[in-house]
Amino acid sequence: MAEIELKKVEKQFGDFHAVKPLDLKINDGEFIVLLGPSGCGKTTTLRMISGLETVSGGDILLDERKITWLHPSERDIAFVFQLYALYPHLSVRQNIAFPLQAEGESRDLINKRVDEVVDVLRIRHLLNARPGKLSGGDQQRVALARALVRRPKAFLMDEPLGALDADFRESMRAEIKQLHIDQHATTVYVTHDQIEAMAMGDRIVVMSEAVLQQAGSPEEVYYKPANLFVANFIGSPGMNLINGKISEGKVVMPGIDNRYTIPNDWLDPLHEDLNGSTDLIIGFRPECAHLSTEGDLVGTVYAVDLHGAYTMLHINMNEHDIVHIREDRMVKHALGENVRFNLDKDMVRYFNPKTENAIYRREVVQ
Amino acid sequence: MSDVELRKITKEFPRVKALDDVSFDVKDGEFFVLLGPTGAGKTTTLRVIAGLTKQEEGSVIFDGDPVDELTPADRDVAFVFQQYSLYPTMSVYDNLAFPLRSPMRNLDEAEIKRMVEQAAEILRISPLLERKCAHLSGGEMQRVSLGRALVREPRIYLMDEPLSNLDAKLREALRVELQHIQKTQASTTLFVTHDQIEALTMADRIAVLDRGRIIQIGTPDDIYDRPATTFVAQLVGTPRINLVKAGRENGRLSVKDSSLHISLPRGWDPPSEFLLGIRPEDIKPDNEGEFEGVLTLLEPLGVETILHLTSGEQTLLSLIPGMTSFKIGETIKFNITQERLYCFNTDGNSLLC
Repeated sequence: MAEIELKKVEKQFGDFHAVKPLDLKINDGEFIVLLGPSGCGKTTTLRMISGLETVSGGDILLDERKITWLHPSERDIAFVFQLYALYPHLSVRQNIAFPLQAEGESRDLINKRVDEVVDVLRIRHLLNARPGKLSGGDQQRVALARALVRRPKAFLMDEPLGALDADFRESMRAEIKQLHIDQHATTVYVTHDQIEAMAMGDRIVVMSEAVLQQAGSPEEVYYKPANLFVANFIGSPGMNLINGKISEGKVVMPGIDNRYTIPNDWLDPLHEDLNGSTDLIIGFRPECAHLSTEGDLVGTVYAVDLHGAYTMLHINMNEHDIVHIREDRMVKHALGENVRFNLDKDMVRYFNPKTENAIYRREVVQ
Repeated sequence: MSDVELRKITKEFPRVKALDDVSFDVKDGEFFVLLGPTGAGKTTTLRVIAGLTKQEEGSVIFDGDPVDELTPADRDVAFVFQQYSLYPTMSVYDNLAFPLRSPMRNLDEAEIKRMVEQAAEILRISPLLERKCAHLSGGEMQRVSLGRALVREPRIYLMDEPLSNLDAKLREALRVELQHIQKTQASTTLFVTHDQIEALTMADRIAVLDRGRIIQIGTPDDIYDRPATTFVAQLVGTPRINLVKAGRENGRLSVKDSSLHISLPRGWDPPSEFLLGIRPEDIKPDNEGEFEGVLTLLEPLGVETILHLTSGEQTLLSLIPGMTSFKIGETIKFNITQERLYCFNTDGNSLLC
């Protein structure tokens, strides 16, 4: 049982606000990902949970017990770093056993626990090797084993896959998630990689400029981003975001002839939110636009690229906006060609350019 | 611009053969990508073309003439490095103008101004021209580095992982820009990368290198659809191609350690044992599907979802569009697109069918 709660937790370094007051409840057994670009405050948040960093304000609770000022070693939380931090002169077995030895556990208990974790991580065959002889992936497995062997209440992981090759990263990503499904330990995982976050998280906490932007399931942050930052940051490429003006029930966007008819049930919520202004930003994911000779929107092909399973078309709608449209891989168009396209009405999102926040209809208010 | 030919290039360093009989042609105006892991010989190839490294054997030919005896400067190539090498105290304008002010060129300032402004326009850095380079972001600096190569109008561009130090969003944006510029300028470009997405998305043709040897040369479609070896097959595509041991049994393909038996695709005559390759997008869940597996892991990526389907000891990855309501532990029926199966010999070094 490990439920972690952050209550108005913040961190200041002198004048610099690294994390602004942040509220977050992490449920028992949940895999939470803190996601954001470098400098957004995600690692500082993780370090405050671990106790490696003190808080400047607010409280941290573990199972409703205040741990804000406890020493890291008293928190019963294990930290896995980006760099494996293994002892090079010790064998894999000694490395894994180390935290238990330090706590003065009996030899029998240590052997039993080490036996268990090496099976979970499938590294039994490495027990007598030295860390220096192992691949990056195996070193990270040993580091995970060393965290796991303590049976902590919760795991904190700071970009544990950051140092691995792309190939390895994909398979280790799956292994860590599998481990979580089997063990169900509460996990807080930090990454700047949105693909990793989407693939692993039960919930994703998107941070930018020291502020929590949105906390939601992968589905929520992808389909219902709370603001422009999340819309752009999640997805590869991010959501297409085009400035337009509302006029006679349509969004008129710059370019040759770009008029998108707003569904009737959206008109009132939009006018209400925009409060007299007609400027808005329309957003759609690359897979939610489709080429069609009768399409409402038009642009010229700027670049076309194959991604293996699909093709991405980059369409120049006007001098500021290049939109990305994902199409079947057999779709090929020449550069400079004019193409028309339509949007999936259900998948179009609207944003207020002043607040940068998403505009919701009543039924989709969360 | 120029065409480039490498004829039987060999380069040895102490203890390692960096390039082993490397030959290829790059056509005038082509975007040619050298793709391979660290140590494959990609950068050495570029350096040999530039004249920065001297090969032991073979010849580098520009427009039909060997350039082996020419100095790097006389070869007139523009090299863009991973680490941008700009003069931090100079303005963007002066950085761009720098190669044009070489006494060898003998250009007047009006001409230089025209060329700088044109390059800045193409790279969308016109608003930055007066800024000092020290005050630019990483993405802006890399644009300026590209600009400095572009402004010279060299015979060929050599680019060594110019995007790999940038964050994911910038890399995406610059990939599109670079492709657009190269296509509209029709510049001969050799581009080195270890990133398969960069190779597939930008190249006219890709040469796959491994340990100093060329494994395959082809268009992105060729490399993706007809990989010559399992090395190539695994190098392109995310998630990676499923590669499983299989055998021939009663006129069907049977995947080892699983209950998957697939009828023999038309025209196939595989040996009794081989490696079967299946791209994740060719494994398609279907209520009426012929095969089944247990869903052991699910990775939602937004635009698509990776399913880990386990049958016996084998786990196959399936890539499906959008999000899914499947639950871990469920048994899922699926079909496999038969026309897109690959059969490699057990060593993985040749595609049989």
